[in-house]
Amino acid sequence: MPYLSLVIWIPILGGLVVFAAARIPKLDVRWIALFFAVLVFGLSIPLYTEFNIHTAAMQFTEKLPWISAYHVNYFLGVDGIAMPMILLTTFTTILVVLAGWKVIQYRLGQYLAAFLIMEGLMNGVFAALNAMLFYLFWEAMLIPMFLIIGIWGGPRRIYAAIKFFLYTFIGSVLMLVAFIWLYLYSGSFNIIDFSHLQLTPTTQILLFLAFFMAFAVKVPMVPVHTWLPDAHVEAPTGGSVILAAIMLKMGAYGFLRFSLPVTPWASMRLQWLMMGLSLVAIIYIGLVALMQKDMKKLIAYSSITHMGFVTLGFFSVFMIWANTHSLDAGRLAVEGGLVQMISHGLVSGALFLCVGVLYERMHTRAIGEYGGVINTMPKFGYFFLFFALANSGLPFTSGFVGEFMVTLGVFHANFWIAVLAAVALITAASYSLWLVKRVVFGKVTSSRVAALKIISPREILILALLVLPTLLIGIYPEIILRVMHASVTHLLLQVVPAAMG
Amino acid sequence: MEAILLVILLGPLAASAVILLGGEYFGRRVAHTLAISAVFISFVLSLYVLYQGIWGGMGRIEQTLYVWGFGGPYQFTLGFLIDRLSALMMAIVTFVSFAVHVYTIGYMADDSGYKRFFGYIALFTFSMLLLVMADNFLQLFIGWELVGLVSYLLIGFYLKKESAIFAGLKAFIVNRVGDFGFFIGIATVLYFAGSLNYETVFSQAGLIAGKHIWITSHLAVSGATLIGILLFVGAMGKSAQIPLHIWLPDSMEGPTPISALIHAATMVTAGVYMVARMSPIYSHSLLAMTLVMVVGASGAFFLGLVGIVQTDIKRVIAYSTISQLGYMTAALGAGAYAGGIFHLMTHASFKALLFLGAGSVIIALHHEQDMRKMGGLWKRMPITYITFWAGSLALIGFPGFAGYFSKDAIIDAIAHSVTPGAGYAYWMVLLGVLVTTLYTFRMIFLTFHGKPRMDAHTWEHVKESPWVVTFPLILLAIPSVFLGGIALGPLDYGNFFGTSIVNRIGDNPLSLGAADFHGAWQFFLQGFTTPAFYLILTGIAITWVCYIWKPGLPAALRRRFWPIAVVLERKFFFDEIFIGGIARSGRELGTFLWRFIDAGIIDGLVVNGTARLVGASSRVIRRLQTGYLYHYAFVMVVGLAVMVGWLIWR
Repeated sequence: MPYLSLVIWIPILGGLVVFAAARIPKLDVRWIALFFAVLVFGLSIPLYTEFNIHTAAMQFTEKLPWISAYHVNYFLGVDGIAMPMILLTTFTTILVVLAGWKVIQYRLGQYLAAFLIMEGLMNGVFAALNAMLFYLFWEAMLIPMFLIIGIWGGPRRIYAAIKFFLYTFIGSVLMLVAFIWLYLYSGSFNIIDFSHLQLTPTTQILLFLAFFMAFAVKVPMVPVHTWLPDAHVEAPTGGSVILAAIMLKMGAYGFLRFSLPVTPWASMRLQWLMMGLSLVAIIYIGLVALMQKDMKKLIAYSSITHMGFVTLGFFSVFMIWANTHSLDAGRLAVEGGLVQMISHGLVSGALFLCVGVLYERMHTRAIGEYGGVINTMPKFGYFFLFFALANSGLPFTSGFVGEFMVTLGVFHANFWIAVLAAVALITAASYSLWLVKRVVFGKVTSSRVAALKIISPREILILALLVLPTLLIGIYPEIILRVMHASVTHLLLQVVPAAMG
Repeated sequence: MEAILLVILLGPLAASAVILLGGEYFGRRVAHTLAISAVFISFVLSLYVLYQGIWGGMGRIEQTLYVWGFGGPYQFTLGFLIDRLSALMMAIVTFVSFAVHVYTIGYMADDSGYKRFFGYIALFTFSMLLLVMADNFLQLFIGWELVGLVSYLLIGFYLKKESAIFAGLKAFIVNRVGDFGFFIGIATVLYFAGSLNYETVFSQAGLIAGKHIWITSHLAVSGATLIGILLFVGAMGKSAQIPLHIWLPDSMEGPTPISALIHAATMVTAGVYMVARMSPIYSHSLLAMTLVMVVGASGAFFLGLVGIVQTDIKRVIAYSTISQLGYMTAALGAGAYAGGIFHLMTHASFKALLFLGAGSVIIALHHEQDMRKMGGLWKRMPITYITFWAGSLALIGFPGFAGYFSKDAIIDAIAHSVTPGAGYAYWMVLLGVLVTTLYTFRMIFLTFHGKPRMDAHTWEHVKESPWVVTFPLILLAIPSVFLGGIALGPLDYGNFFGTSIVNRIGDNPLSLGAADFHGAWQFFLQGFTTPAFYLILTGIAITWVCYIWKPGLPAALRRRFWPIAVVLERKFFFDEIFIGGIARSGRELGTFLWRFIDAGIIDGLVVNGTARLVGASSRVIRRLQTGYLYHYAFVMVVGLAVMVGWLIWR
């Protein structure tokens, strides 16, 4: 079965069906959308169960000629780095459909269609092995997201949507230039071929910077991160969830798929920049997150600090090698970064859903308007607390695993880098639990909080669905690590010697 | 044996999960029966394991449960390491936990969160056992953080009480500061040993001590020293050592059973247990041991002083706990690891007893904790009164009571210690005895003696607590009186822990004192000739004068020596420094970075500035496209003229 094609095109087809069906009066398109979302998730499960964990080669590959004149092929395949991202995407989409169930009143059909189409395109990004195909999915994905923010967003949605679009688009255009240059140089758009090129130092630096612009904006890294809080604040809940859970991962994925293998020497030369910016994200943004007055902004900033661990882990491998003459700790750090990506997808997605639950009832995200929510919504209060704790990296939740592995890994690079990274233990606990203290605990502060309705079974289902993998990865991370080992080892065996010359 | 260990560990977890997740489907009786039977089973089985460890020739059990994950080539597992050290801790934890579970039935009888409370304390028992039974640093850290989580949940148990919620947050964050050090310590272990498994790490302890890491370009630190110091930072948080002790007094906002179980007997001793467990590493670093001893001994004396001026009965006991933890820590630093563990054990029983006794008083007075509104209770609450005396005498180390044996052995060990700084530490722990007596007897006299100072209505209703409250008091009073004499010989002078605790040759001060040790009876008789005994008598005399004979004296003294009183009442200004200083500057820095750099420079100047620049230049350039043909024709003519001119005159 061509599972990859199915997880790309079935949701797009589903989106079109939902879009068309929305015109039929009295037809509940939500069930159609849910059907497609669950179907696609089901189709993505064999990607995990039939995955061969002993090889680093691309699996489930499909290759069809497309624009032969320019060697643009329809070429799909996943390794242990991409496959978990597809699972995360298909899983998250179910939650997003459920989350929009009652909330979205305006053009519900189009809303759900946009998410389904976006799901297919995002799966395409993770599955594409041809650079032009990758670029196509990458850019096409912006359109539904732009619409979701621009149509279903909050009061400043236009500003946020345009800021989001311009930021990411400027980066992507440079990536396109890099692709075209690589094609002209090598005669191929095959991503795997790119990593075998012998590029001169200057070329590598230029290519690295072009990729950097595209991916750093997506991650986002400081200082190109300011679109994220605005986009999150204005986006509807579902948009925020996808943005945090999946889109941010694409930047990190791009670093692993392009920057490290294609420009290893430049990655090593500019590791100070990457690690420096990552540490700035962890510490500086951690402090900024602490002082946010808007719940969504707080979670958005906390996303940036968590993604800082991902990029820190990825780009520490050269320094680890230089210090220990071994890839061991580098593998630890990179795998830690990958787990952090998955975990952040679950936890930040869940936190945005929690904020959505509150926003739906009180129509405000201002922390100061809340207080004592646990007295009126006890179950919700504990869900919120649980995800806040996961966000602060509590052991036995997934939030701990990545930070643990990355910190232990980068210690092998430099003592002080590990110390600075570990500061997140303090800042994350501070902003997460201070948020809980102000919103969830305490006396009921206003009549509006007193009038809050308890969460519905649907909302419990959504949040419970996220509790399970968060705990599972926390208690038994090998379940997700096992698919990564071969691919990460292969990647580092290729990248580090190439950089060291 | 593996099955038994699993039941000990997972029984409380299962009970907790059932109560917390399914609590709405059954009543209170089911909830407390579940929790208590799980903990009781754990307790009985732990006793069995301890019995096997002492008389059954169990040896050392190492058992891997499952592979948590591979990070690259590193294998991280969860598993058990059961030797006499962990078996003793398991018995202590489950014993106190069991007593507190029973007590909770009475103490929380009127609380709407009854079932939730049982769910939490069962979860705590699981987490603490996870920590104690660990055979690797990962599991140690997991348990370490989970007990912190439950502590956070239970301090903030009264969900509407702002001060309690704040105290919970404070406890969690201050502990996280400690865990920050602990975490880096674990990373250091992996760096030097390539594994997080205790056995593997300890077997390389000598090698680790020989390796160095460059902290700055001029400063290289040995692996053992760095690991020792960083792990101790974690212990400072969890075991409330200066300066990270500031969360413990506030944790008294939580229900009293919690103060007894978590914030006196078990969780706060995790740091002591951890350092003892890490003795193979600490014994390679005199520097780390000096730090441990000096910090511990300073806390034992100075923070005990703060207890003298507290008016809340629970806070007096809280400062007493900090001070006693200081004794244990000082013993560890002196190299008397077994002495620290011994005091941990006796302290667990007498301090839990004191807290539960205080709780009994608090219920009788309808949740009044201010000692200034107590007094004269001894007639109405005989069981509480007598057991409270037993706990108090054990606490001050009165000869014959459990605390005497453990504490006097520590003072003796520090006197013999070769760790640098032992001279200072000796005076701190010795004078600490006077301080302990002062706050303890002040508490007894204010609470139980003198004239009743509560209102008449409350006084009329004062009565002894029900059996579920007094039974645990009696249960805990037994070891508080007898445990010391029984355990002193084997634990401190009998190499009880075998190879679990490692000293370098010649630096175990207990073994130096062992030559003078001729049985517990002799040790008891010597107790009446030590300087510590005279300090105790002095302390009792002073408090008797101040609180029974001339009750106006303390106020007069306070007026006369007000600067000292202010320093003590403000608790050496630690809270001002941490909350007003560090936490506040963190928040202000956050605001500055956000407003000035994020919103100001990046968004205001660069992003929106670029947008404005593009907009403004477009407005200018737009003028060129006027649409009038003659404008364009004019520009073309001028351009042509310039080009022709350039061609001619170049």
